[in-house]
Amino acid sequence: MRTFKSFVSKEFKHIFRDKRTLVILFGMPIVLVVLFGFAITTEINNAQIGILNLSKDSYSVKLENKIVSSGYFKINNELQSYKQISELFSKGNVKLVVVIPDKFGKNLINNKNVNIQVITDASDPNTANILSNYLSAIIHDFSNEENIITQSNIIINTELLYNPENKSVYMFVPGVMTIILMLISAMMTSITIAREKELGTMEILLVSPLKPIIIVIGKIIPYLLLSLINAITILLLGLFVFGMPMNGSYILLGLEILLFVLSSLILGLLISTISNSQQTAMLISLMGLMLPTILLSGFIFPISSMPQILQIISHIIPAKWFIIIIKSIMLKGTGFQPIAIETYILIITTIILTAITIKKFKIRLE
Amino acid sequence: MTAEKVIKVKKLNKTFGKFIAVNNISFDVKKGEIFGFLGANGAGKTTAIKMLTGILSSTSGEATVAGYDINKQRNKLKENIGYMSQKFSLYEDLTLKENIRFYGGIYGLSNKQIKQKTNEVLERLNLQKIENTLISEIPLGWKQKIAFSVAIIHNPKIVFLDEPTSGVDPITRRQFWNLIYQATQDGITVFVTTHYMDEAEYCDRISMMVEGNIKAIGSVEQLLVKYKSKNMDEVFIKLARNNENI
Amino acid sequence: MIKIENISKNYNNVKALKKVSFNVKDGQLFGLIGPDGAGKTSLFRILTTLLIPSEGKASIDNFDTVKNYKEIRRIIGYMPERFSLYMDLTVQENLNFFATVFNTTIEENYDLIKDIYQMLEPFKNRKAGDLSGGMKQKLALSCALIHQPKYLLLDEPTTGVDPVSRKDFWEMLQKLQTKGLTTLVSTPFMDDAELCDEVALIQNGEIMSIDSPKNITQKYPHKLWEIITLNNYHTLKILDNFTNKISAFAFGNAIHLACSEKTNKEDIESFLAQNNIKAKSIKIINPRIEDAFMELMT
Repeated sequence: MRTFKSFVSKEFKHIFRDKRTLVILFGMPIVLVVLFGFAITTEINNAQIGILNLSKDSYSVKLENKIVSSGYFKINNELQSYKQISELFSKGNVKLVVVIPDKFGKNLINNKNVNIQVITDASDPNTANILSNYLSAIIHDFSNEENIITQSNIIINTELLYNPENKSVYMFVPGVMTIILMLISAMMTSITIAREKELGTMEILLVSPLKPIIIVIGKIIPYLLLSLINAITILLLGLFVFGMPMNGSYILLGLEILLFVLSSLILGLLISTISNSQQTAMLISLMGLMLPTILLSGFIFPISSMPQILQIISHIIPAKWFIIIIKSIMLKGTGFQPIAIETYILIITTIILTAITIKKFKIRLE
Repeated sequence: MTAEKVIKVKKLNKTFGKFIAVNNISFDVKKGEIFGFLGANGAGKTTAIKMLTGILSSTSGEATVAGYDINKQRNKLKENIGYMSQKFSLYEDLTLKENIRFYGGIYGLSNKQIKQKTNEVLERLNLQKIENTLISEIPLGWKQKIAFSVAIIHNPKIVFLDEPTSGVDPITRRQFWNLIYQATQDGITVFVTTHYMDEAEYCDRISMMVEGNIKAIGSVEQLLVKYKSKNMDEVFIKLARNNENI
Repeated sequence: MIKIENISKNYNNVKALKKVSFNVKDGQLFGLIGPDGAGKTSLFRILTTLLIPSEGKASIDNFDTVKNYKEIRRIIGYMPERFSLYMDLTVQENLNFFATVFNTTIEENYDLIKDIYQMLEPFKNRKAGDLSGGMKQKLALSCALIHQPKYLLLDEPTTGVDPVSRKDFWEMLQKLQTKGLTTLVSTPFMDDAELCDEVALIQNGEIMSIDSPKNITQKYPHKLWEIITLNNYHTLKILDNFTNKISAFAFGNAIHLACSEKTNKEDIESFLAQNNIKAKSIKIINPRIEDAFMELMT
């Protein structure tokens, strides 16, 4: 225990005596938040939607068919009541729900105006916007075709759920938070071990009776704490500078952050087992972690519109699941149940990574 | 040997904050001389060499190297000196030939000159066979000989050698010193640091730095007589031991 | 005892060690002498359990370096080639850290490191990175000794260190030997060899000779002359044509000339005179380790 304490205190000394590390540690969030302040638009294919058809007559079914045959949308669920809408959204697969009102066909024939409601999950504002635009176009098309028999107007009411102001901040703050946490955790741990290898101190540690597990945990603890401080910084930035809402439980959020940071720290250790210099460790962290994370986590580019192969790859990126988790907690205010699967995936990933790392951690130099 | 002085140092000073790294040193080096620049670790040797090669500016005092002021005429100075150290010499991932071409290019040699120099170096070191071998695959001793040849590829007036033979086997070490002698025959002045005291005895003159000061300067014979010693090892220890602060 | 039996080590196509065998007896100060790239560091890493030999085996205190690596790690003190210290920690912090790594304290083992530690004490709050080379070396040695190892393995502890610190360092090693420590030390400085009980001369991954320094120089097969002239460089060139010459090397301000057995002083004098060289002195000397090393190399 004394050995372990001394190891952790040594790590903290390294951190606090290196001003550059401190600057990166606490300056990076601010820089990145500014850098990623730009949203990027993309195209949509086969987006999953829900339909609440309250009239179920021939006209409404015709409209449903038209929506599906467009190729842009796929019906995930036929809803029965308004209550089910929010349930469906919190499951997270569906980005948009169309509500076709009662007596749809009857009103059309009688030349009365009808209101079609389009509800989108705007916590992902790019996707929400694009989806509702496509849908409006299809409905307008439908109304033009049917004009032969009716003079009535179809009015579309679009409602943005969860992100009523359609702010893309709500999208990028969770994304940035995820990436910073991941980078700091993974990069810093991999670099500190690589540094010991460069200095030659790793040789002495290996030759000493010190157990590898002590080295591993001793490296993890300090960065776990620092990453938590970082998480708080980013959260505060999000809440007060960008006006992110926080609708869920702080305790749940905290625990999820802890889990994600842990998985990233282990990832860093794994990187360190294959890199002998600080430079290599840094490059692998950047190229091997940051780019795939940014590209495949759904942070900037919606995963649903990626090629199949990339969609599959995206499943093994912990950041993807974590982004879903924090968005659910912060924007939708969900409890544990709706994000249980994502959480389990993170836990399993962490366990697998730990197993690989322990197996790969070298007790020798080769 | 002409009395032309290629290095003139007058009351040169370098301080870092309160720490005096180099304290009012003055000395001259004559053309064609092998000048041994000795001192304990941390005595200020490296700082002094950095100033003389124009990498670091001095706090006060003046010095000229190859006729150029070390603070005001750095570019001219750098064109007229060569530098080689144990740590940095050649690019490991370039071949022998590529290294020579690169350094020739840095010093503005024409393609024709580079070609000629390359042949000269390969011939002198008898390394034609490995001209296309990566430096990383060449033994240390050969590397150091190549590095020296590269450092004088542009016929500098002075070449600075910072522990050039550290860790090299005894025979190669002597071959290296033969190269140094050859260079002095061509009129190049050699300024060298070493921890091998037998090598110090190969020098024409030696200076000994202790705690930022030059505590002794002269030929090997003069120093041996002055400090009543059998060899330079003893001289070194006597001079450095007087100041126990390390 | 450190036993090394037929150790070979290959890295891809490079043969760093070729069937190296020797023993270091308990209580010995054993020197492994050879230039950089001779394979010294590979051998140290095999002994310190950091590398697995390609062939052969080694043991320390009868513990096999591959199978019983955990036991070995407890009984050895190791100082790698570079001074492996935490440069951003102070002297005191470095010592404390390494003490706790070995589950001990400075006080517990003060006896062994006392002499060295006293030299470090004035700087105990200075960061290791700000120490001079000599002081770093002393600190690294203290860290390697902190757990009272039975065996001390020092890989080039005197490289890049000035003659004074080097002399101090060897004095410390000799003092440690009196406390029963077995030490294996490597160095490219031939002169250091004379301070060891036994030395192994290594070159290109092969041991050229193992013996006491005295025996190694006694085994030198030729008569060795020391010649001092005004311009040794010139003299060496001229000596190339001396038919009795076996080898001639510069040694400080002198030349060491090995000649065939029948050669006498007059032969040398007259040869030099023919070439207009006046010798300041010509005498027979005892060879040094460096003479022996070069003889074995050629």
